[in-house]
Amino acid sequence: MTSTVAEAAQPVARSGDQAGGGARRPRRTGPRRVSPLILAFVLVPFVIEAVWVFWPALQGFWLALTSWDGLSAPRFVGFGNFSDMVSDPIFRTALKNTAIWLVLFGGLSVIGGFGMALLLQRERRGVGIYRAALFTPVVFSLVVTALIWRVFYQPDGLVDTVFRTVGLGNFVRPWLADPDTALYAVIVPALWRQIGYVMVLYLAGLKAVDPALYEAAKVDGASAWQRTRYVTIPQLKGVNSVVLSVIVIDSLRSFDIVWSMTRGGPYHSSELLSTYMYSTAFQSTQLGYASALAVVIFLLALAVILGYLIRAFREES
Amino acid sequence: MIRRTGYHVAMSIVSFLWVAPILWVVVISFRSFDDVAANGLGSLPHSFTFSTYKSAWEDADEFRALINSLLVTIPAVLLSLGLASIAAYGLARYSIPFRRTILLLMLMGNLLPPQILLIPISRFVELIGYYDTLIALIAVHVGFGLGFYTFVLHGFMRDLPREIQEAATIDGAGPGRIYSSVILPLTRPALAALGALSFTWIFNDLLWSITVIRSGEKMPVTPALLGLQGLFVSSWNVIAAGTVIAAVPTVAVFLRFQKHFVGGLAIGAVK
Repeated sequence: MTSTVAEAAQPVARSGDQAGGGARRPRRTGPRRVSPLILAFVLVPFVIEAVWVFWPALQGFWLALTSWDGLSAPRFVGFGNFSDMVSDPIFRTALKNTAIWLVLFGGLSVIGGFGMALLLQRERRGVGIYRAALFTPVVFSLVVTALIWRVFYQPDGLVDTVFRTVGLGNFVRPWLADPDTALYAVIVPALWRQIGYVMVLYLAGLKAVDPALYEAAKVDGASAWQRTRYVTIPQLKGVNSVVLSVIVIDSLRSFDIVWSMTRGGPYHSSELLSTYMYSTAFQSTQLGYASALAVVIFLLALAVILGYLIRAFREES
Repeated sequence: MIRRTGYHVAMSIVSFLWVAPILWVVVISFRSFDDVAANGLGSLPHSFTFSTYKSAWEDADEFRALINSLLVTIPAVLLSLGLASIAAYGLARYSIPFRRTILLLMLMGNLLPPQILLIPISRFVELIGYYDTLIALIAVHVGFGLGFYTFVLHGFMRDLPREIQEAATIDGAGPGRIYSSVILPLTRPALAALGALSFTWIFNDLLWSITVIRSGEKMPVTPALLGLQGLFVSSWNVIAAGTVIAAVPTVAVFLRFQKHFVGGLAIGAVK
């Protein structure tokens, strides 16, 4: 290993750096070598990540093919865990809820975040305050967010009071304890926090759009709507793919807010794949089945991650 | 003119509604138990007390939880940024074989859903005798965050002009020296942005904490907040006070590093 590295000599030329993986080295500038120090600089963090991420991940995939209670040795069962899922009603509920979560939480936060970014993109008086207000929830942890909203949803809390005041008293119910509303009552706070985040991403993207394009469209007589539709949105293609990846990954990872508000209940009505995985692993200690659930989450995320990586690396080269 | 007024009225209402939940919880946190019991959580306050904060701070021991949080967050941020910056330096400034593959792998590791790692990591930590310790939690955060930080810093360092490094080399500086006195100072904006971001991420973490830590007195403040719910079952004023306490550090970091913070979030969007 050391000798191969010593051969790779020169500091990277910014433009001549097209060859992938460093396999082919364009332009040798001299007999400089990669010092052992540089090698250690790269290898130490890499090994740390290998120990704490790659190796556990491989184990996770292996465990998905076993049945394990954590006490005796894991027993290999092939794809048994995955075929069990087909007839597991809780799994189906969790999968359905994850899909609902993806569409509602993902879709509405993109629409809300993009809309707010459009409204707040122009620098003028007061805009800074509005942006800060929308952004504030982003700095809170999801647990804090959950508790803030739990206080809200308490019987006779503010939500109930507001409903009664506007004459919708009939709709009042124990929002988080009613299986019909629990999932949606959790999505609302999640959105409250996510919209500000998406807004910031779009604000950054909008800033990068060349103002000359708007001028040109204006001169050609395009209306504000047309400028948004035919100038802004196509220009935001890059940001859109980032936002999409972030949202899908966030949705699949969503755990904290559901766990803090309902723990997936009542009767699994707000169960997501992530919460179901956690309770299967650490409450009912079916470690093999839980690992298989994690693999399902991974596979769902994989498609998106691949898209993200391909984009990130295409830009890099 | 009317349009502009309309815009400001509408945006003020939206902004107010957005922060209203926070203000409301702050208000509740100062109400006495009797007031909440008599008038309900939805009513306007009829009392003012600090005893809620005292209960959360002392009886629920949020003080210790906050200390735990800082004991985890500060070393984890420093370690992960330190390690990520040396890795990014090596990968961005020297043609190490397979460097693109290494970078890709490291980023991929960070994009994995944490669920796949939970069981193996809790077992591994147990195996090496570090289950239920803050050190394990620091290690997990460092290991899991490294990939993303390396990727971002790599993008940043790669764009620094090559001539600076060549000049330093001619002046006789070795790779270590170039890193510490040339590259690192130039990377400061990116480090500040990532520092502010990672502080809130690690401080706000729930999942890893409840996976590697069991005992209540070692819990950082974010997971401890969930325990508060069990402790003060229907004392929502105390829970509100606890929530405010737990939110203060990240809000402070945000206010102090506002520009970096927002810039950091946007890194991914424009890069």
